[in-house]
Amino acid sequence: MTGARASLSRIWAVFMKELVQMRRDRLTFGMMFGIPIVQLILFGFAINTDPRNLPTAVHLEEQTPIVRTILSGLEVSGYYDIVMETPDPRETADLLARGEVAFVVSIPAGFTERLIRGDRPQILIEADASDPAAASNAIARAEAIISSALRLDLRGPLENLAARRQPFEVVVHAKYNPEGITQYNIVPGLLGVILTMTLVMITGMAMTREVERGTMENLLAMPARPLEVMAGKIAPYVLIGGIQTVVILTAARFLFDVPFVGALWMLLLGVAVFVLANLALGFTFSTIAQSQMQAMQLTFFFFLPSLLLSGFMFPFRGMPGWAQAIGETLPLTHFLRIVRGVMLKGADFTQLLTSLLAMSTFTLVVIGIVMARYRRTLD
Amino acid sequence: MTADLAIDVRGLVKRFGDKTAVDGVDIQMPRGAVWGFLGPNGSGKTTTIRMICGLLKPTEGEGSCLGYDIAREAGRIKKQTGYMTQRFSFWSDMTIRENLEFVARLYQLDPVGRIVDATLESLGLTQRQRQLAGALSGGWKQRLALAAVTMHNPKLLLLDEPTAGVDPQARRDFWDEIHRLSTEGMTVLVSTHYMDEAERCDRIVYLANGKKVVEGRVPAIIERSNLVTFKGEGEGVRQLAGRLKGKPGVEHVAYFGSALHVSGTDRDKIEQSVLAARSDDVEWREVRASLEDAFIALMAGAGADTRVHA
Ligand SMILES: Nc1ncnc2c1ncn2[C@@H]1O[C@H](COP(=O)(O)OP(=O)(O)O)[C@@H](O)[C@H]1O
Ligand SMILES: [Mg+2]
Repeated sequence: MTGARASLSRIWAVFMKELVQMRRDRLTFGMMFGIPIVQLILFGFAINTDPRNLPTAVHLEEQTPIVRTILSGLEVSGYYDIVMETPDPRETADLLARGEVAFVVSIPAGFTERLIRGDRPQILIEADASDPAAASNAIARAEAIISSALRLDLRGPLENLAARRQPFEVVVHAKYNPEGITQYNIVPGLLGVILTMTLVMITGMAMTREVERGTMENLLAMPARPLEVMAGKIAPYVLIGGIQTVVILTAARFLFDVPFVGALWMLLLGVAVFVLANLALGFTFSTIAQSQMQAMQLTFFFFLPSLLLSGFMFPFRGMPGWAQAIGETLPLTHFLRIVRGVMLKGADFTQLLTSLLAMSTFTLVVIGIVMARYRRTLD
Repeated sequence: MTADLAIDVRGLVKRFGDKTAVDGVDIQMPRGAVWGFLGPNGSGKTTTIRMICGLLKPTEGEGSCLGYDIAREAGRIKKQTGYMTQRFSFWSDMTIRENLEFVARLYQLDPVGRIVDATLESLGLTQRQRQLAGALSGGWKQRLALAAVTMHNPKLLLLDEPTAGVDPQARRDFWDEIHRLSTEGMTVLVSTHYMDEAERCDRIVYLANGKKVVEGRVPAIIERSNLVTFKGEGEGVRQLAGRLKGKPGVEHVAYFGSALHVSGTDRDKIEQSVLAARSDDVEWREVRASLEDAFIALMAGAGADTRVHA
């Protein structure tokens, strides 16, 4: 008697059954794809407007042809609208604080000379990031804008500068929003939010539906073990999670131009662990809830703190200690770190390890609970 | 514990909160028999069956099913038992074929396709295999359920009110099928509240209020009840029940169709009471007590019908 094969074939039986039922349940099926798309469009587009002509102040400590090229390059880009020039470096903070300008661009004395010497001088851009979506595109493009403007000037004897990596450095001080949540943060974050919402909810209803329809007794009377039922029921939703991930990443890339600087496999690993964490949790809910309605309520009970305390809505480091402590236990918090780390920062594996471990621990604890709770009997 | 007992349970008790659903039931049922499990609604039939196949843990008592301990070896019992629940509990949003395939896969029948084909064929549902199970009529649902729980050739069949709400012809067919399965060697325990079905069982167990009231062959049970029954027929019979109730010797009064049965254990007293209520338009004669009379008497003895759930 090969126990493992028997077990696999029972998991397969449950898996096929779930697929069939999932296909029949048009509404739920539609929701699994409708929710990501609607949310992406709502959050993504509503927040990801690409504002142009943002009021900008400049603080120039020298006036040279190169500096003028940079300024006109910024203007021509359409993102920066230079509305004033301030001679006093202390005034820049005030201007930003009062909201008179969105950016202050400072070019230090000796910039041109050091540029020509190949010293990579710095240009400082202070940004009002309190409305991160507003500032992000302008900031992200600053370097490209400046270097393409300079390309025209860096000719003849200076040509070797243009060929170098980048003859200057843009330093950005995003103020009032230290984590700098930008639209780039929001779309990858949405991946986590959407997976949490749909997967917890749908698996949450998986068992309660059997109870509500009276089919649970039949399932229990047949020789499938709890772990097998759980695996078979969860597997189809792993697929769904995968499809949702592809949809969202594709949209992130082509609809919202979100960069992807890290390694795809790391992201997928993160997604896999995260999806399992959510499915296990949903399954636990479905063993607790008496009805599908209750499963739904439990889902929201979990979903709201996830949304609020994970760093999706508010910058994580801005929250009080107790809220951070709760946040640290939520899978979404760690998933957001992984997603943002991989997509936006190109983080390497060791930097993600803590988050992966935290999510795995969560998953194991939850599976432990669900195994203890799953009723082999009707009482 | 004997090996040739399919079911051997002693002192089964099941409490839900402070309600005792099953109260000390013993059943020793030999292999190969067809046993009827009777009792009014709420008497604990379903609960007992669930304990026998390991779906509920007994609060007290112990026993074995097919030689496996009901508390510890539920997994093994499930592999060799077919349990048809009281309510249709297959998946209404799956087709007939998909339901059978699911069951076949869970029991690891091989090859699934061929076995399901054969089952559909013998059910006469080959043409309708793509219909949703939820769209079937009551009788067809029962047949589908029976086919599904017997596909893996279980040694023991537990059928919980399989014919409730099914038309008479379908009921007869269903019983033919049960007897066919029994001749193939399956042991069958059927709960029912139809008396005519009880008579098709080798032996019956009667529960009331969670207690076993009587067990045995149908004629023996009737005989043991010592009932004298008078049957009244005719125009005026409708008014008589009220007048006869509570008269000396009259233990119970019940209508069977248009006829009135009056029963008691004391022949002289009941005869006098019936004579006293005599009228021109009602014709009386003494009849052999039916199983139902016996049960009504038993129920009256055991207390009121405690039906609480559907
Ligand atoms: N899960 C349960 N929780 C509480 N009470 C129950 C439960 N199941 C059955 N009962 C009660 O136990 C009694 C016996 O029920 P049941 O075994 O279903 O009777 P039957 O099948 O003979 O109609 C009933 O009074 C019923 O209300
Ligand atoms: Mg019942």
